[in-house]
Amino acid sequence: MEPVHIIQGTGVPLDRSDVDTDQIIPSDWLKRVERTGFEKGLFSEWKDNPDFILNNEVYSSASILIAGPNFGTGSSREHAVWAIQQAGFKAVISPRFGPIFRNNSMKNGLVPVEVESELGKRLLQEVLEKPFLEFVIDVERALVEVPEIDLTFAFPIDESVQERLLNGLDDIGITLSNEASISKYEEDRLAWLPTQSS
Amino acid sequence: MGKTLSQKIWDKHIVKSGDGDPDLLYIDLHLVHEVTSPQAFDGLRINGRQVRRPDLTISTEDHNVPTSNVDQPIEDEISLKQIETLRANAEEFGITHYPMGHPNQGIVHVIGPELGLTQPGMTVVCGDSHTSTHGAFGALAFGIGTSEVEHVLATQTLPQPRQETMAINVTGELPSESSAKDVVLAVLGVVGTGGGIGAIAEFRGSVIEALSMEGRMTVCNMSIEFGAKAGLIAPDETTFEYLRGRVNSPSGELWDKALTEWKKLHTDADAVFDREITLNGAEIVPQITWGTNPGQVIPVKGNIPKPDDFDDPAEREAAKRALEYMGLEEGTPISAVPIDTVFIGSCTNSRIEDLRSAASVIKGKKVAKGVRTLVVPGSGVVKKQAEKEGLDETFKAAGFDWREPGCSMCLAMNPDKLDPRERSASTSNRNFEGRQGRGGRTHLVSPRVAAATAIAGHFSTPEDL
Ligand code: SF4
Repeated sequence: MEPVHIIQGTGVPLDRSDVDTDQIIPSDWLKRVERTGFEKGLFSEWKDNPDFILNNEVYSSASILIAGPNFGTGSSREHAVWAIQQAGFKAVISPRFGPIFRNNSMKNGLVPVEVESELGKRLLQEVLEKPFLEFVIDVERALVEVPEIDLTFAFPIDESVQERLLNGLDDIGITLSNEASISKYEEDRLAWLPTQSS
Repeated sequence: MGKTLSQKIWDKHIVKSGDGDPDLLYIDLHLVHEVTSPQAFDGLRINGRQVRRPDLTISTEDHNVPTSNVDQPIEDEISLKQIETLRANAEEFGITHYPMGHPNQGIVHVIGPELGLTQPGMTVVCGDSHTSTHGAFGALAFGIGTSEVEHVLATQTLPQPRQETMAINVTGELPSESSAKDVVLAVLGVVGTGGGIGAIAEFRGSVIEALSMEGRMTVCNMSIEFGAKAGLIAPDETTFEYLRGRVNSPSGELWDKALTEWKKLHTDADAVFDREITLNGAEIVPQITWGTNPGQVIPVKGNIPKPDDFDDPAEREAAKRALEYMGLEEGTPISAVPIDTVFIGSCTNSRIEDLRSAASVIKGKKVAKGVRTLVVPGSGVVKKQAEKEGLDETFKAAGFDWREPGCSMCLAMNPDKLDPRERSASTSNRNFEGRQGRGGRTHLVSPRVAAATAIAGHFSTPEDL
């Protein structure tokens, strides 16, 4: 994963609640065994509608997806995160995220910015009115700044997640450095736990 | 202060305490399927890593598999490639794999429990959100993404931040016409799709205790629909009886030892939950979803809501959009709405008890004219048992299509799909837009209601037939 420090860019207002991962990337796209090429699948069932906000030219260079509450609920498909990233987004702002989606985002360096619900509504409105409003998301300080409207707010992020994002650390590498603890744990596991012989 | 059940299991699996950071948890069982694993195995290869514990890992094919003509090669080339990729990966990394046509093949959350692989007190993960199903055994079971699948393959552990605890009490006694599915749909109606975010839910109370293991799996299965990290139920005699004698259950002296430990797996009397809700079981009538998320629930005998009834503007908007997508008229009885397709299956309701309950409703009756019906058993084992009991004959005689095991029309990755605007009564778990096929309209119900609906041709309970 590439380190993520500061995300600077404009937003696109996806003013819907409960945007589930089936909408973000429909199941037809999950048959692929590759890890790239998912951008075309992003919201593919909504994209046929010319009025769909992501079809609006004004927002074509946006790198921040601003959504209603309960974004990314539903299935565990990490393809949803890949699709959003591969379409050029670096962060998603929502009052509440589906927990697996949120987790998957952080593993891939897509920053989930959780905001108070009133602030979420305000941001959607602001971006609707001012499509070129510039956001600065600072992972190190856990702050979002929108200088043009004089707005600064903090967002929650676990220290460990922050560290991984800032340093682009590989989770597996970190865990494997605990090899001794894992082996020790394995020695003491209960005798009846099921195992497969292959 | 005492501990809750989930805290007890959590603490027993800490490999390394995070002290405020995520704890590193040991994973006892890792279930793998074709959709969320290919990129994880690729990751292992790129980094020259092995599967640490192939003996704690098991894989099967479920999401893509066709449910008819399974002796023929899969027609969809991309699906075929994904399945072949899993077979090759299982082979390369030494993982036990149950392919299409194998007697143990089936939906990953159906086969784990029926093979006795899911046991009380274990940690279970799978690259699939409905892993919460396994919580029915008093296990800590949760869905993970592909990065985490790779992590578990490589290390057999996962770093996890502590969760809050949530008690969902269902007290009293359920009316005889209601089932486990109605319980969990009713819970969803109360807490909504976000009500469990950040928490592990424990289902408690007399209604839960009275449920069979199949019923408990149905309830835990849908915990993810209200956003809970996991859902679980304390193991009891019902659990132990279900596990006794299963292929992977302990036997002899180990059974006695296991039993002693399993009996300690319950929330202490003085433990305090961070959140708590209570439902009166007696008030839970058969439920149905009307909208495009599983929290949009009403009684089968209820009226389709009016958007203006919702105080919250976001909910009002969502309701408007949902009614439009679903092609429903506000304020009218939902039972009057005609249906096109009935799907009985999925990891929510494709176990033997679900099939028995649907079969008992349709016995001696005929499916309404023009209604397409599919019964898709959850696994090869379920299918065999159902056929032994003659349930397949009951379904076929009524006009149902009896299929081979798999996820099928639950998510439409195989040829079983709804057409645009086609309306289904489905025993699955998600009524999202397009979930069962592009433009399809899904209503989630119990197997009893699905069966009665197939006979009536519109939404119905067995009592109204
Ligand atoms: S049956 Fe449906 S919900 Fe269950 S694992 Fe398969 S696709 Fe997922």
